[in-house]
Amino acid sequence: MREELHPHGLEVVTVALDVDAEAARPYIERAAPAHPSLVDRAHVVDELFGMVNVPNGVWIDEAGTIVRAAEPAHPGRNPETESFRTLDPSTLPDEVARVLVEAQKIRTEPERYVEMVRDWVARGQDSPYVHPPDEVVARAVDRTDAGARAAAHFELGQHLELAGDHEGAIGHWRQAHRLDPANWTYKRNAWSLEDPRQGRTEAYDSSWFDDVLAIGAEHYYPPLVP
Amino acid sequence: MLLDELVVDPEALAARTGWTVKDDGACKADVCVPLPRDARTGDGRIDVRVLADRLGMPVVADEAHGIWALGPETAVTGKALSTAVAPELTLPTIDGDPFDLSSLRGQKVLLVAWASW
Repeated sequence: MREELHPHGLEVVTVALDVDAEAARPYIERAAPAHPSLVDRAHVVDELFGMVNVPNGVWIDEAGTIVRAAEPAHPGRNPETESFRTLDPSTLPDEVARVLVEAQKIRTEPERYVEMVRDWVARGQDSPYVHPPDEVVARAVDRTDAGARAAAHFELGQHLELAGDHEGAIGHWRQAHRLDPANWTYKRNAWSLEDPRQGRTEAYDSSWFDDVLAIGAEHYYPPLVP
Repeated sequence: MLLDELVVDPEALAARTGWTVKDDGACKADVCVPLPRDARTGDGRIDVRVLADRLGMPVVADEAHGIWALGPETAVTGKALSTAVAPELTLPTIDGDPFDLSSLRGQKVLLVAWASW
């Protein structure tokens, strides 16, 4: 998509929300992107734009105004990350099959998202997919005191993690999860540092599968609202 | 924003949060909130507790480590965005080279957050 649209005035900026920035390196080096590819160890981007999961995208126009608030953003289908959709659960161990059956209910809309981006690039402010400032703000996620506290705790946690105090970090990240249970970035990054599969560990009270099952995987990403 | 004391340099505050403290209040792009006189300390720094009270920013203490975190504002719009003006943002590449988002002014920007997890 970037190759197609960059000559027409679009730049893509990718930001890896990884406390452990080196975890993102293999993906970045393999992709060898031509666009700016950044790392955000402190999760500043998700706080500033109101992102609660990945991948999430925002649109910023030529003047530096946000014209679409943060939302699930799948700019195309990646065969590697989508391969789970074609796996047959009956060929897998029961516990793995259980996770797969639920994960296969996750809904994404990559074709629709790309179509929206193309329209924006072609029509700019005349695209029906760009929004005026008041609507951009209204479409952003709610910011409650609890959610703001969660952001503060997560930032304290990442600070301690980078200083080598992993137990101290876990204490703050548990608070972040408790205060903002709808924020998947805080959960998934913390879980991943205990178990790459984000399964149950002693450090946390939940896991990716437990929390996805609780809400139903079909609700993992909210639907695009053009 | 991480703090090791409850007063903050106004430039550092602006760089991390987007809030610039002026004579008549705190402003983020086109949004301004009045601040009382005691928001500024004698040496020109900002009293975090006064700012936090007016903007609805939580101040979370980690007493064991002697640090605080000032969370994002909640009292302006009640949303994650207080303005549609994109924030100033400088982040490093994987090799540590800083990149300023505002260098892309003049282009449409699709910013996509992802993760290894």
